[in-house]
Amino acid sequence: MTLLQVRDLNKSFGGVRAVDGINFDLHEGELLALIGPNGAGKSTTFNMVGGQLKASGGSIQLLGQELVGRRPRDICRMQVGRTFQIAETFASLTVLENVQMALLSHHGKGFSLFRSARKMYRDEALALLAQVGMERHAERPCSELAYGDVKRVELAMGLANDPKLLLMDEPTAGMGPEERNDLMALTKRLVVERKMAVLFTEHSMDVVFAYADRMIVLARGRLIAEGDAQYIRNHPKVQQVYFGTGKTFEHEMAQQQVQV
Amino acid sequence: MDFSALLSQLLNGLAEASSLFLVAAGLSLIFGVTRIVNFAHGSFYMLGLYIAYSIVEHLMGSMGAAGFWLGLALAAISVGLIGAVVEIVLLRRIYKAPELFQLLATFALVLVINDAVLGYWGAEELLGRRAPGLSGSIDILGRQFPSYNFFLIAIGPVILGLVWLLLVRTRWGVLVRAATQDREMLGALGVNQAWLFTSVFALGAMLAGLGGAVQLPREPASLSLDLRTIGEAFVIVVVGGMGSLPGAYVAALLIAEIKALCIGLGSTTLFGIPVSFSKLTLVIEFLVMAVVLVLRPWGLMGKPQATSRNSAPVEAPLRPGSTHFKWLMGALLLALAVLPLLSTWLPYASVLTQDVLVTVLFAVSLHFIMGPGGMHSFGHAAYFGLGAYGAAILFKVLTMPMPLAFAFAPLVAGLGALVFGWFCVRLSGVYLAMLTLAFSQIVWSVVFQWEDVTGGSNGITGIWPSAWLDGTRYYYLTLVLVVSSLFLVRRILFAPFGYSLRAARDSALRADAIGIDVKRVQWLAFIIAGLFAGLAGTLYIFSKGSISPDAMAVGKSVDGLVMVLLGGIQNLLGPVVGASVFSVLQDSIMRATDYWRAVFGGVILLLVLVFPQGIAGFFQQLAEAWRHWRARAAVKAAALPRTLEKQA
Ligand SMILES: Nc1ncnc2c1ncn2[C@@H]1O[C@H](COP(=O)(O)OP(=O)(O)O)[C@@H](O)[C@H]1O
Ligand SMILES: [Mg+2]
Repeated sequence: MTLLQVRDLNKSFGGVRAVDGINFDLHEGELLALIGPNGAGKSTTFNMVGGQLKASGGSIQLLGQELVGRRPRDICRMQVGRTFQIAETFASLTVLENVQMALLSHHGKGFSLFRSARKMYRDEALALLAQVGMERHAERPCSELAYGDVKRVELAMGLANDPKLLLMDEPTAGMGPEERNDLMALTKRLVVERKMAVLFTEHSMDVVFAYADRMIVLARGRLIAEGDAQYIRNHPKVQQVYFGTGKTFEHEMAQQQVQV
Repeated sequence: MDFSALLSQLLNGLAEASSLFLVAAGLSLIFGVTRIVNFAHGSFYMLGLYIAYSIVEHLMGSMGAAGFWLGLALAAISVGLIGAVVEIVLLRRIYKAPELFQLLATFALVLVINDAVLGYWGAEELLGRRAPGLSGSIDILGRQFPSYNFFLIAIGPVILGLVWLLLVRTRWGVLVRAATQDREMLGALGVNQAWLFTSVFALGAMLAGLGGAVQLPREPASLSLDLRTIGEAFVIVVVGGMGSLPGAYVAALLIAEIKALCIGLGSTTLFGIPVSFSKLTLVIEFLVMAVVLVLRPWGLMGKPQATSRNSAPVEAPLRPGSTHFKWLMGALLLALAVLPLLSTWLPYASVLTQDVLVTVLFAVSLHFIMGPGGMHSFGHAAYFGLGAYGAAILFKVLTMPMPLAFAFAPLVAGLGALVFGWFCVRLSGVYLAMLTLAFSQIVWSVVFQWEDVTGGSNGITGIWPSAWLDGTRYYYLTLVLVVSSLFLVRRILFAPFGYSLRAARDSALRADAIGIDVKRVQWLAFIIAGLFAGLAGTLYIFSKGSISPDAMAVGKSVDGLVMVLLGGIQNLLGPVVGASVFSVLQDSIMRATDYWRAVFGGVILLLVLVFPQGIAGFFQQLAEAWRHWRARAAVKAAALPRTLEKQA
């Protein structure tokens, strides 16, 4: 069933059309990759779905409910979770407290004034941390973690509202190849276990081809292709956008492997 | 009001605007390049006026008329040189420090300069000579208008033009503009930043000095000019837009003209209600600023700015107190509880402690929004004052019984925080700080001018607690209320709301994305802080018996800032330690010397340079280093037998 329906979505910054009338659907339980070169408008799209940016036009519907015009915190209440391109966590809280905070807010307890928060939703928070493999670091300040670990904490926070849709903007940026695969394998597992849908961006094509159910390609704010790995790999326009003419993904991946 | 009176007031406004513009332009230039909000800029203005006075007195004796104009120029240049020295000796060391520390350091400078002026020129106001050749007046539509004012009217635009040329036509100007717009690029150009910063600071100081010097024939030099001027200059820079020179001129003009109009209108009747416009002059500029900040937060001609670059180092997570800590607090509490019993030996101790307790509560309430909340308030004294005046008015004017007045007064402050906070949480950084300052100035002016109710500058006297709460009992009431407030604040910080507050500070983006209503969290925090500050004010007034507007002036807000920073903003104990040290220091220095401000400023400067984490923060670091060292020693001790085994 269609979970997210994006129609004619666009966003301009001054004269720049960062996103220029894109359409796509995202189905329940689907892992959809949004790919494209830097500046293609991927983050802008994420931010419009998450409510951080207001669309200049078009519509985004989650199970028939319009998201355009809603605030991020209201979209969060509609069970949309997200991570940011540059991880956003609470640096002065511990890892556990970060996730507890997300849970507290999800359960409407963020304004509770007198009860100690220490024990509230502690087990749930630890369970979420276990899911992303961070339970060992629960008591550490978030500011001390390696960047890859911060991204995992962010993922755990994104899962706190039991999302139907999870947005992940470059979840593996700054990670090594092995960590990358781990995280995407984890994501894939979560998609299956929780029956949620994930929209993500990713620069490493081998990761995308290995894990995404389907992919859509953005270039200069326009959607230029949509399909499975096989189709995208051989799409001439996509190849041109990525490498100019003459190269292929296989060629590029072979080179990457030599470098690694 | 007839046309000629209006015209003469408007011309007066233009003359007024020039000096304001000179000060604001310097402030704006310095902020643009160094990103330092220079609290001491009003002091440079004041210095300009005093130095001009002395030089002109000296030179006019020997040189006559030329001595006057030369004197003004020399005064401006001297202030420029003083600025250069200040930059080289002090500011260079703190460019990388958190924004608040820079403010604190420049504020310390205000104190030092003020006392230096007091030491050299004395406390008497000094009125300078008339300008030779311009001492008369000109007839405008039958009104006498001082001819010197035309010189003043001209000098603003002239200087604006000159600085503009400097910025547009010289390589130095290109660098200044580059630094204002993009600091990284400047680094990439391989420019000697140190000297660029020094020269900008010197020029800025010189402009302020000139602004002061040209006022010589109009305004007597006095020691209160520094804070008054900096208040006005802040307003102008914020209204015009940080870093925009034309903005500063437009804002100076706008505010001076609105003020002139208010004076011109005087008292009239609007819709049957008598309105005194001339009394509005004290608040009007702050009203204008509040309106501008709410409608156009980056000022009339400024550009929206990214959040400030000097984000403080990341704070450590809050840990509940250790057993040691709890014992220590228990012992301290016990000591405070038996203090009145020792009055035979320490007669003054419980009086001082009472004051310290109230001050601690004030500082803790400010820390609540500044530390965990990340909202820097420059006007926290307003809520202290609302609590105190609220109590006084409920008690004296509305003749409520004392316990009732006592109970309701903090709510008055809370109500004030509810209204002002709604506006304040819409801004952040320097702009938020300025808006809080504006609101506190508005409250102060209302108190100052509403004589029928507040007693104006004389204040209200005869506010004592009921007989059954007198003396030692009032000490215990204070102790109980302050300690429970501290406990409550701590409790709130460890509750979900405390998490939300710190979360909103750390990352508003993330907080919003997980469903936290950031503005509402900050608003509620603002109200809570207002309530506790109000309680401090209420406790204060019933212990002193009287209050005057001074108790809630800008200086009081700055005291609060100093206490919080002194103790260490990243530490929950910080405001407690800071306020205690501050009160005791102030009390002992004030009694030891007339130059307590200078000593105090010197201590602050030393602290800023030596303990950038504050006192409590410093000891926390020390304790951590100690723990670290002990842990390492323990590891070594454990490893030792094994090494010995291996060797054996
Ligand atoms: N806040 C903004 N203001 C102006 N332009 C922006 C803003 N955010 C993004 N852009 C522009 O929009 C385009 C798309 O950016 P973005 O969505 O971040 O790309 P991607 O995430 O695909 O790398 C870029 O040209 C970028 O410069
Ligand atoms: Mg991006």
